[in-house]
Amino acid sequence: MAHHGPPLHLQWRFIALIAVGGAIGTALRAGLGTALATDGFPVATFSVNLAGAFGLGMLLEALVRFGNDTGHRRVLRLGLGTGFFGGFTTYSSFAVETAGFLTRGDDGLAVGYALGTVVAGALATVLGVMAGATLHRRRARRGRAA
Amino acid sequence: MTPLVFAAVAVAGGIGAACRFWLDSIITARARIAYPLGTSIINVSGSFALGVLTGAAAGSLVSSSLALIVGTGFLGGYTTFSTASVETVRLVQQGRWLAGLVNGIGMLLLAVAAAALGLWLGSLL
Repeated sequence: MAHHGPPLHLQWRFIALIAVGGAIGTALRAGLGTALATDGFPVATFSVNLAGAFGLGMLLEALVRFGNDTGHRRVLRLGLGTGFFGGFTTYSSFAVETAGFLTRGDDGLAVGYALGTVVAGALATVLGVMAGATLHRRRARRGRAA
Repeated sequence: MTPLVFAAVAVAGGIGAACRFWLDSIITARARIAYPLGTSIINVSGSFALGVLTGAAAGSLVSSSLALIVGTGFLGGYTTFSTASVETVRLVQQGRWLAGLVNGIGMLLLAVAAAALGLWLGSLL
């Protein structure tokens, strides 16, 4: 994959793009966390992680099918993918919530939540990849018809 | 959450996401193995840090606003579940079942162990 200039992680405009996407994703996650606060099963973290796993799978699959990682496709991958979906989903809260259940002796909840998130997350990603492929197919068909 | 704290959480999340990108790029450029090591290092280290913070906040050593800004904001933006999930699915798609299992379950076990260790250390502060 050829690109010009310094590596991406040393280009300020890409770092800024990711920071903006990450800030929006984090704000949305924090808002949902307040709205869906519970004492038992962490509904908020579970929901954002599943939704984000679906969304990132769909985005990255569609981008790969549409073409090379250049121009607006790169902007979408970094701003929406690495920034927004990366900031929207979280692993640290997921791990600390699970460790908290274990510390309290809620072993069943800990195992159910942990495995449930990882397995359902992988399934959500697979569905997202399929949705991304479908999106690309439909666009391509419309392009040929035009 | 006051509007000011909410704004600070968002900004901290943006900084966390930028740090994740920067660190992952460096690790990926230097790693000699075809395995998404960067995301694992980021998620395990972030889980440890959030454990310490949460443990310390329970003992009222850290204010709830600071815990939100650093925990929900910075560490939430720094760590990521979506990338981990996509990388696991990609490994499985490539037929690399063991690597996929390690990325899915191995990262989970390490992150939870790191979070538990952090909670314990944080409660000692």
